[in-house]
Amino acid sequence: MTIENYTQLSAAAIASGVRAGELTPHDLISSSFKRGAEIGAGPEELNIILYSDEKASRAEAEETATHLKSAEDVGILAGVPIAIKDNIASFGLPTTCGSKILRGYVSPFEATAITRLRANGALVIAKTNMDEFAMGSSTENSAYGPTRNPVDVRCVPGGSSGGSAAAVAAGITPIALGSETGGSVRQPAAFCGVVGVKPTYGRVSRYGLVAFASSLDQIGVLGRTVDDAALGLECIAGFDPLDSTSSDADVPIYRLAALGKPAPEARNPDTEAIRIGRSPVPLPPPPSQNTLEGVVIGKPREYFPDSLDGSVRDLCERALDRMRWMGATVRDISLPRSPLAIPVYYILAPAEASSNLARFDGVRYGLRVDPGKGLRPMYEATRSEGFGPEVTRRILLGTYVLSAGYYDAYYKKAQAVRTLIADDFRAVFTGGVDAIFTPTTPTTAFPIGAISDPYEMYLNDIFTVTANLAGVPAMSVPIGRVRRLPVGGQIITAHFDEYKMFRVAYALEAALGAEAHQ
Amino acid sequence: MSVTRDDVLHIAELARLGVDAHRADELVKELSAILSHMEVLSQVDTASVATTAGVGAGGTPLRPDVGVAPLMRETLASMAPAMRDGFFLVPRLATHEDSSESGA
Amino acid sequence: MSGKYEMVVGLEVHVQLKTRTKAFCGCSADFGAPPNMNTCPVCLALPGALPVLNEHAVELAVRAALGLGCKVNPISVFARKNYFYPDLPKGYQISQFDQPLATGGSVMIGKTEKGTDIQIGITRLHMEEDAGKSIHDRYPGEIAIDLNRSGVPLIEIVSEPDIRTPAGAGAYLRTLKQILQYLDVSDVSMEEGSLRVDANISVRPPGQVKLGTKTEVKNMNSFSAVEKALAAEYTRQCALLDSGGRVEQQTLLWDGARDTVRPSRTKEGSHDYRYFEEPDLRPLMLDAKWIEHLGSELPELPDERKKRLTEEYGLSTVEVEQLTAHSDLAEYFEGVARASADGKASYNWVMGEVQAALRASGEEISRFRVRPADLAQMLNLVRDGTVSHTAAKTVFAKMVETGKPAAQVAADEGLLQVGDEGAIATWIEEVLQEHPEEATRYLGGEKKLQGVLVGFVMKKSKGRADPKRVNQLLSTRGG
Repeated sequence: MTIENYTQLSAAAIASGVRAGELTPHDLISSSFKRGAEIGAGPEELNIILYSDEKASRAEAEETATHLKSAEDVGILAGVPIAIKDNIASFGLPTTCGSKILRGYVSPFEATAITRLRANGALVIAKTNMDEFAMGSSTENSAYGPTRNPVDVRCVPGGSSGGSAAAVAAGITPIALGSETGGSVRQPAAFCGVVGVKPTYGRVSRYGLVAFASSLDQIGVLGRTVDDAALGLECIAGFDPLDSTSSDADVPIYRLAALGKPAPEARNPDTEAIRIGRSPVPLPPPPSQNTLEGVVIGKPREYFPDSLDGSVRDLCERALDRMRWMGATVRDISLPRSPLAIPVYYILAPAEASSNLARFDGVRYGLRVDPGKGLRPMYEATRSEGFGPEVTRRILLGTYVLSAGYYDAYYKKAQAVRTLIADDFRAVFTGGVDAIFTPTTPTTAFPIGAISDPYEMYLNDIFTVTANLAGVPAMSVPIGRVRRLPVGGQIITAHFDEYKMFRVAYALEAALGAEAHQ
Repeated sequence: MSVTRDDVLHIAELARLGVDAHRADELVKELSAILSHMEVLSQVDTASVATTAGVGAGGTPLRPDVGVAPLMRETLASMAPAMRDGFFLVPRLATHEDSSESGA
Repeated sequence: MSGKYEMVVGLEVHVQLKTRTKAFCGCSADFGAPPNMNTCPVCLALPGALPVLNEHAVELAVRAALGLGCKVNPISVFARKNYFYPDLPKGYQISQFDQPLATGGSVMIGKTEKGTDIQIGITRLHMEEDAGKSIHDRYPGEIAIDLNRSGVPLIEIVSEPDIRTPAGAGAYLRTLKQILQYLDVSDVSMEEGSLRVDANISVRPPGQVKLGTKTEVKNMNSFSAVEKALAAEYTRQCALLDSGGRVEQQTLLWDGARDTVRPSRTKEGSHDYRYFEEPDLRPLMLDAKWIEHLGSELPELPDERKKRLTEEYGLSTVEVEQLTAHSDLAEYFEGVARASADGKASYNWVMGEVQAALRASGEEISRFRVRPADLAQMLNLVRDGTVSHTAAKTVFAKMVETGKPAAQVAADEGLLQVGDEGAIATWIEEVLQEHPEEATRYLGGEKKLQGVLVGFVMKKSKGRADPKRVNQLLSTRGG
């Protein structure tokens, strides 16, 4: 194998090779950084990566290599380089959430998700660019400049996890962590032509994820292939005593879904604070074994409006045809309250954000701007200089909808409608539908600077945000290209049914083959 | 329902965001435009909905009353904008307001 | 009191729960550490940190609620109270709003002149976290912030507006403090800050049902300050109404140095807390059986204990009040009383010599060297004549000093009372010989000299002689 080939390998193949001694962690680090330089990942060019430290990464690689020689089980991500969205607390590299208010801030603790990746042998090599505090759908709201889509550098990579999606699309790492509140992993995955997974709310610990909207936030996984995303999720999912909202539901071996079988029987949950991976699963078998016999796919009419772009619709129909070809039944369904999702989301998320971002006050860490006039002027100067316009707008919106006199009409109302949206999904899944299929986004990636109206930007989330509101798992897989720009198809299943979601995704990916990227 | 200039200045104060007069006028338009899209919710019948507390089930987990906190003193000093003798320092309240301003 | 208007007072009391760690993180909740020593990502509100609720804090809060007669809700919900202050690291306090832990309790604070109980209702009791400390006068031009206290678990107890006098407020606070101390849920010390009080006060013409506009009074740091502040604010409100003015809703601060209330400079209307349900915690769900179990395990509360001590040991109201001031004191007393079967003697010794010894050494009674069983033994020795009343004080002092049991001390010090007739008769003869004038007069019939002669015998025997026997033998000698 040559260094060039490494950027095409799946994470499972890399880990396999490292454990077998065919690859070294050093090789992988070199390959990633070389690829980053080639593609122009730095601030002067595509601006994918905000922070990295090649020297430190090499040192870690050496440590991993030493550990490999002596240890029995080095984890299912042995030597795999991983990029992390800048709003996930990590040791060593700064955590700045794409914001000026946290410029230079290095977290003294690390997110549980990262702890678990490292415990499985992964190498965290970079923090990626994002919309400031995860508020945006294009990564144009970063205080550190926009990220360019590696597929077409005139275009946005999507957001808010644009940097992570771009890192995977560019071949810098096979897996990256992002975060979701309203589609921020799936939408950039669709725009960049990679796989993006939002787990069930509570599936992955939020400890260390800088909060935007606590009842919606989840760490998500981006991967070059479905297998990469499944492997990443296996490592990070599971109960965390440090996160009171995390679930103790069993974590299946998601990669077994590639074999096309129904979910394996429940296994004993690992109660250790750090899950040291399961026994390695062989690489996914060739396509002929994948089958969707007996699987019912729901096609919700609200996500295929008449106004939907014709090319996007065609690609979705092709994907559905492939699923039928693999034995699935496609059923027309309705999720009637879906059109209310954007108003609901843009009341609830900013409301929680206005509270979550109050801690950025210049007192204990981060930026402080002190005009010398006392406490309140310090607060105001720090926050007005530290936050960008979209963040400011959402904090104000959130403060408004929570304030006395408006709480009932806006916040309380939105909470109630949120329940109705969740009910729509429940009704569909208990009505015999296994998975829902929709376009991930209404359009392909748009040019940088093309959208300036805030609400128009919010509409990018129109197909993704319902899954966040309902808490159900959802993922985007590449299903083709329109004028060379990637299009994503979205698969949604019931709470904690990621296994079934992966089963459909593996099958679709195999059925489309190279056409998914053409 | 549209947002007034007074509304914007009031919420900016609540949120401790310094918003100057010019920006306030812009925000009136921006926020009003966004909020106009929310009006549709007032027409939704939610009478039968019990309020939901997020999408999880089961009560909040409880932890035992033991713990060793990481010693943060050295790290605090390196993170803090201003520290002295172990205390965080902030500028005094501008109008000599009393400590009982805190709501606790 | 001017008497023209009725005073209507409700009190909000914040109590720190005596857990080892904070409400939502594993940092120590101890008092007195160097600034910012007891902190971690959670209570510092570092980006990405999350709260996890302390089980023991819940238990103590439920115990407090049950002890105050409240109904504990099996499901209660945490909420964020949003405001900016440098000692509030998250920019919000995790508290409870419209679904609190407990509602509907009451305490009895005494009796009216007619003998009816005065009952003060408790509207609610909820859990929340404390803020850190802001110190304004340490560095000029700056506020010094110490977050050790940030995140310590509190319960907030809100009374109904049932209090009618400053003395009633004081009685309510003392009763509340005592109950919470008995329940062992808090140190309830205003000096240390584990108990804080805010008051709401309004006035109305007698007979009017509608409440007047209330003001909030803060910054009172003792029970007597509360009473004074309420009196001062009552006077102010009455004067205002009498002159045709209206009471404005505002927050006032008690100025202990000047004995006045003055307005807080905080702008009105700036406290819009924008409460919403805390999304980082799920609702608190308590098992009904567990609540019941806690209720059955509550320690005996002050009122019950007072009643029982009165009945069992035949003590007066005043005596029982003194003994039950603190549950440790009451425990100690009962230990002595049960083992000695003499409530009165136990009372005398516990409130007398024991308290004196504790004051001298500064010790807590629960750690006092002389255990109840030891003191009871000494009382028994006195009762059955082994040690004289006079010698007892010396024996006790030695017990405090050496930690040895009463019998051993008495023997070591040669303080065992001598009842032996022969020995006493010898002493009597010696005294009669040494004091011939008194002897002659006594034996000649002056009975009133008996006491003097007994005194001489006691002195000669170094206090060891049994005075009863001395008197007996002397009388028969004289007769």
